[in-house]
Amino acid sequence: MNPKNCILLDHGSGGIASQELISGLFLKHLDNNILASLEDSAVLDNHPGKLAFSTDSYVVDPIFFPGGDIGTLAVHGTINDLAMRGARPLCLSLGLILEEGLDLDDLERVIISIGAACKEAGVPIVTGDTKVVPRGKGDKIFINTSGIGIVAEEVNISSTMARPGDVIILSGSMGDHGITIMTRRAGISLDGNLASDSASLHELVALLLDRLPPDSLHTLRDPTRGGVATSLNEIAAAAHLMAEIHETDIPVRKEVRAACEIMGLDPLYLANEGKCLVLVAAEQAEEALKLMRSTSVGNESAVIGSLKTGTPGQVVLRTTIGGSRIITPLHGEPLPRIC
Amino acid sequence: MKYLDEFRDQDLAAPLLEELRRAVTKPFRIMEVCGTHTMAIFRNGLRSLLPEGLELISGPGCPVCVTSASHIDAILTMAEQPKVRIALFGDLFRVPGSSGLSLAYASSQGAKVDIVYSPMDSLELAKKHPQELVIFLGVGFETTTPGIAATILAAHNSGVDNFAVFSTHKVMPPPLIALLNDPELQIDGLLCPGHVSTIIGAGAYQPLVDKYGLACVVGGFEPADILQALILLARQVGQGEARVENAYTRAVRWEGNSRAQQMVSEIFEPVDMEWRGLGTIPLSGLAIRDSYDHFDAEKRLDIKLIPTEEPRGCRCGEILKGKERPPQCPLFGSRCTPGNPVGPCMVSSEGTCAAFYKYGG
Repeated sequence: MNPKNCILLDHGSGGIASQELISGLFLKHLDNNILASLEDSAVLDNHPGKLAFSTDSYVVDPIFFPGGDIGTLAVHGTINDLAMRGARPLCLSLGLILEEGLDLDDLERVIISIGAACKEAGVPIVTGDTKVVPRGKGDKIFINTSGIGIVAEEVNISSTMARPGDVIILSGSMGDHGITIMTRRAGISLDGNLASDSASLHELVALLLDRLPPDSLHTLRDPTRGGVATSLNEIAAAAHLMAEIHETDIPVRKEVRAACEIMGLDPLYLANEGKCLVLVAAEQAEEALKLMRSTSVGNESAVIGSLKTGTPGQVVLRTTIGGSRIITPLHGEPLPRIC
Repeated sequence: MKYLDEFRDQDLAAPLLEELRRAVTKPFRIMEVCGTHTMAIFRNGLRSLLPEGLELISGPGCPVCVTSASHIDAILTMAEQPKVRIALFGDLFRVPGSSGLSLAYASSQGAKVDIVYSPMDSLELAKKHPQELVIFLGVGFETTTPGIAATILAAHNSGVDNFAVFSTHKVMPPPLIALLNDPELQIDGLLCPGHVSTIIGAGAYQPLVDKYGLACVVGGFEPADILQALILLARQVGQGEARVENAYTRAVRWEGNSRAQQMVSEIFEPVDMEWRGLGTIPLSGLAIRDSYDHFDAEKRLDIKLIPTEEPRGCRCGEILKGKERPPQCPLFGSRCTPGNPVGPCMVSSEGTCAAFYKYGG
């Protein structure tokens, strides 16, 4: 490969090559006044309210997939973590760990994605860092993003706020991201439109906070790794309540179901990157559902169940044929089965 | 989805359940042999709906679960060799050998381990890594074996030299006969494995009817399939009859798939095989014939199976025989969980213990 077209150890040295990368690539696609100052840290204006702060690292393989790439995930994932506490995301940091030899075109593609996702979300990258590790010591590109958001004084959203009778709404179909990545890794090509659901959810959350009566929105969770099953278990455990969900009401795309059937996977345990579980007081459930469905990221939202007193920490699924089974959290990576 | 949704329909399941309730006229025990049946029964919450008097016990039909610790040890020995790459189906990845270590651990220590979705993928791996010997772990019953036979034939025909199979393949009727000879095991009927039967045919169970007077019904894997099979079993038992019936006619024929059978017998021959929990059962395994021994990893690497003991306290043997239920095991749910399995019944997603743990007994 022409050395000009790939990442060299020099690009992480802090010297001229690093500067070229910053000005020629990062500032080109991520430009904003705070980042462009190139100071050692970003200084942010003060905002009234409480601060939310979150961090997440992204190591997905493959780095490009239908519906997004590692860059969109890194933006959406951290924005969503902030939004799940009712925060309005203010800004993100971007830490890149690049493997020596990474194709610069691939890096640019990822940075363009990050820039586009930030612009669409209205949340800028205000500080960043890049390191290069020798070939074989990393895997193409690892990304860390941290984010700061503002939570209004009166907003208090957490798993412990969930109450008996709360209605559980899922903001759309389940498992799209997880199955897209797993089928790509497996080299399984299926007809249909399997694609990651990577999307930011803060506008949906802002709409709910703005339009629902105070204190009616109790819990928000984005069911990423471990899927809806694991998130519901975490909520049920934190709230000391039982969650009951109905198999027939949970939206799953038919191509996701088909891929799960082939690979022996359960969509309840697959990762989502643009979905949230919303727990809302029963009397506001209809309004919340209507609001969620009015957004582009939540237009397939559905009520999937409710919280009950019952056995604390337990999640029960009422099956299509009218039976019931207990849903446990995910143990280890989901593995495809033999037969 | 066609062939799935119509068999999962509550409007279909409700009348079938009602019919099953009417058909159960006295208490009886059915063994579901296949791990996929065990899982389907739990996943669909069928246990919570079954009429009183009908007891389902799980048999030795999860191929990962019945793979002996000495075979896993042999696999780990192969994985340690520098120019060997192991290709396997995912659910073998976490199965512990006699030392408690698994391929997941070997992989963390630098062993080359690839999870594949089809045995043919392992042939592609061999072509991609010509300097390594790619060993596919042949684990499975009659359903899985034809695909692996086809892969060996493809390797043979395309002259791929650096590919071999470690065969612990097993066949279904011999362990059933071994179980039925056990006077402690009291069962009235068998829910026969649908996938295995597509290959061996429903007729393969006739000897069980003739010799043991056992009701045998081949069933599919969707709720309506399973309910239909249970109704037929309940009727046979209630009327004191025993015969082979096929409740999975959209996939299973009386004589099975003769083309697949021929391909398997071209490559493999019956041998005695050690089963976890059941011991060595005569002619219950398949080894690669001498004419294809170039593809036999055991011969190529001169692997010797070393007898091992079951982990202390682990009741997988009794559970595989249907004599005990997972909660009776002292390790169940405490030392042995899907994340940290001790026994094989916990590690495979189709294992009885994993099913009990995940979906609640």
